[in-house]
Amino acid sequence: MAENINMNIPKEKFRFVQENEKIKDKKFDDKPIGYFKDAWIRFKKNRASVVAAVIIILILLFSILTPMFITTHDNSFMVPQYQRKPARVTALRDSIGLLDGGVDRTVTEPELIRLASMGVAAANYDGSGATMQEGYDNYHSPLISVSEPTVVLNAKKKEVNQYDIRVDTYLEVGFLYDSIKQEDLQKILDFEKESGLKVLYPLVEANEFNPDPTDANNWYKAKKIGNPVYINEKGKAKTLDYSLDMVLEDNYKRDENGNPIYYEYTGGGDINTAQYKVRVLYYNYYQYLYGFEPNYIMGTESQGYDMALRIAGGIQTSLLIAIFVCVVNFILGAMYGAVEGYYGGTLDLVLERISDILNGVPFIIVASLFQIHLAAKVGALPSLLFAYVLTGWIGTAYRVRTQFYRFKNQEYVMAARTLGARDSRIIWKHIFPNTLGTIITSSALAIPSTIMSESMLSYLGIVKLGGATGTSLGTLLADAESRWIQFPHLMLYPAIIISLLMICFNLFGNGLRDAFNPSLRGVED
Amino acid sequence: MKMAKYILKRFLLMFFVLFVIVSIAFILVRMLERPLPDGNAAQQEIVKIRWTELGYFEPILVQYGIYFKNIFTNWDFGTSWTIKYMEPAWDLLVGRLLPTVLVNLYSLIFSIPAGIALGIYAAIKKNRWQDTFISTAVMIFVSVPSYVYAFLVQFIFYFKLGWLPLTVYSLADAGGSWFTWPMFYSMIAPILALSFGTIAGLARFTRAELTETLTSDYMLLARTKGLTRSQATSRHALKNAMVPILPMIISSFVGILGGSFVIEKIFSIPGVGNLYVNSIFQRDYDVFMIDSIFYTLIGLLANILVDISYGFIDPRIRMGEK
Repeated sequence: MAENINMNIPKEKFRFVQENEKIKDKKFDDKPIGYFKDAWIRFKKNRASVVAAVIIILILLFSILTPMFITTHDNSFMVPQYQRKPARVTALRDSIGLLDGGVDRTVTEPELIRLASMGVAAANYDGSGATMQEGYDNYHSPLISVSEPTVVLNAKKKEVNQYDIRVDTYLEVGFLYDSIKQEDLQKILDFEKESGLKVLYPLVEANEFNPDPTDANNWYKAKKIGNPVYINEKGKAKTLDYSLDMVLEDNYKRDENGNPIYYEYTGGGDINTAQYKVRVLYYNYYQYLYGFEPNYIMGTESQGYDMALRIAGGIQTSLLIAIFVCVVNFILGAMYGAVEGYYGGTLDLVLERISDILNGVPFIIVASLFQIHLAAKVGALPSLLFAYVLTGWIGTAYRVRTQFYRFKNQEYVMAARTLGARDSRIIWKHIFPNTLGTIITSSALAIPSTIMSESMLSYLGIVKLGGATGTSLGTLLADAESRWIQFPHLMLYPAIIISLLMICFNLFGNGLRDAFNPSLRGVED
Repeated sequence: MKMAKYILKRFLLMFFVLFVIVSIAFILVRMLERPLPDGNAAQQEIVKIRWTELGYFEPILVQYGIYFKNIFTNWDFGTSWTIKYMEPAWDLLVGRLLPTVLVNLYSLIFSIPAGIALGIYAAIKKNRWQDTFISTAVMIFVSVPSYVYAFLVQFIFYFKLGWLPLTVYSLADAGGSWFTWPMFYSMIAPILALSFGTIAGLARFTRAELTETLTSDYMLLARTKGLTRSQATSRHALKNAMVPILPMIISSFVGILGGSFVIEKIFSIPGVGNLYVNSIFQRDYDVFMIDSIFYTLIGLLANILVDISYGFIDPRIRMGEK
């Protein structure tokens, strides 16, 4: 056997396995999967997080696109006459009956007559006399629908008729008195001719038949508001009974020829400063002033701003605050934690005490102190941001510090140091990437908590972010407080948006956390 | 012994942190100008004389000395000037404590069992529709801010059904005491609003802990030695799952002293949070200071109690070890 092993093989019998070709490493068919790609693959599998991300993008799109689509006015457009009105889009109202700006009410006869009289007045501007039915059919009648009467007992045990009605709250404003200059008067008359819309209506006498001369809607003869009377042949006032054929007797101011008076000189010297009192139909006056019909896709908020634009602005403000805070805390926390964790020892001890102290202060106290001290000087928003930045990074720093303690004594770090790498290189190139996953997760979860605390502080009134050009979601909610039972839309839209944002960011953050946690790899499958 | 030393160390550290925070807050607050309370010129003159006597116009460092001297010798934290004229700040705070504690305590008594029960049920039914349903609901309830619940509760129970009052009764309306039946009845709405979040948080935590213990090896051993599923769950899994849950409950008991600012505002509960917000609006700085000290202390205490309770509940966890 021994000879066999030591058998002499002639040299020429040897040859290369691969003649005429070079040896190469085998190329992988697929691309290598790194940490982030792996995270992304696992994030995509988490359906809830993906849905949450989509909803967040939709909300973001809403906040960006709404101001672009609403071309007629911007977020500083405010109409005090139209405060807290529900959503109204005339195009949708006319086609499918939605968003008519209406509210449902149950009213008694006097209130019904008061509302119906607005439509009648719009039809009967020259005092020609119009029936109730004509008033209902008028475009400016605030009554959208009126039910058949039901008979109920009132407080005095008297039988009265009650009606379920739906009222257009924009038309319900009806007529208003305004004081205008001579040139405006001419402009309004030109507008009336041009557009065919009637803006100016006859002034009303302030006599015994006008129950409230300050309210421009009391144009017909009445004893009390909603109790119309007529003057019979003997000159005595008799109550009119409600019916669809009823003709209200007008109480317009008339000149000696019996023609109604449309404007009255009230004061001011020369032609430029002279003021005239006029009675306007506000719905048409609005169109004269701004050039379009009132259309608000989410109604108006408590000061008369467009709710949709305010919400869009609020989303942007809240998100910008959250993202700014997130980024700044990411940077600060990473640096602080890296220094703490890498150098350790006394420096770590001192820095830990400092962050302990900062961490011990409840955030609401930091925020209030900053507001009291700085809000007057630099504004509410910067002082709020300062407050967030002062304490917000501590959580991130703590996480980074833990990771640094874990990695700083590992062999590859020692190898890098032996090769002469500087501290900063070891910190940022070698150890820091290991902490990225945890920080990204905690930063993503910091967004909803920032939105939450911002809205809470605004709601409590400690931070006042509401202004002429913008607001925050919490401020909108705070405005709605105490009024939202009557005007639910004030609360509904901001509450829905903020709840959606919170839920989605939490889901999104949880998805990120699971995706960045390599120990969960393969668990779901 | 080691434990006692650790606790002592933690408390000393806590007082150090508290002292530093109070000092910074004091200096920041005293730098602000103090508005005179409403009243005619003569009354304001009297207030000014009082303030001079109290040293409010001295340099800040002198004021700082006076403040701590008063606290340590007379337990005097200053005086309220605008919220309740001439009332000691300490009395004002103590008077506001009871409503806050009551509402939160009722809420905890209701929500702790409910939360744990929901969590246990979800963990046992893991990955079935019951679990999916509870987990989804919990996710939503954890995320939605508490004031949204408050509005929902007001809308449903006051506006639609008319069962509960809109806000908590004043002391006079409820028969002069915080412990009467009408008072409790009017507190149901804020209790509900506070409970949703607590229940959801606790249920999520319990579910996570219990699912982890349910899949551990000792459970398999328990089953192989002949215990039924429910026996093994209640004797082994639940006990181990409780280790992290109990400290959470303990910390929430400390947290009830802090209460909730927003809920107190919405339901007009005359509590500590309301006092804090009012003290900012009315610039009542001594009250603001004592309320800040109170909140800081509560936060620090809650942290310490959680850490210490871990050591007591689970002997394997050695506190303070390197």
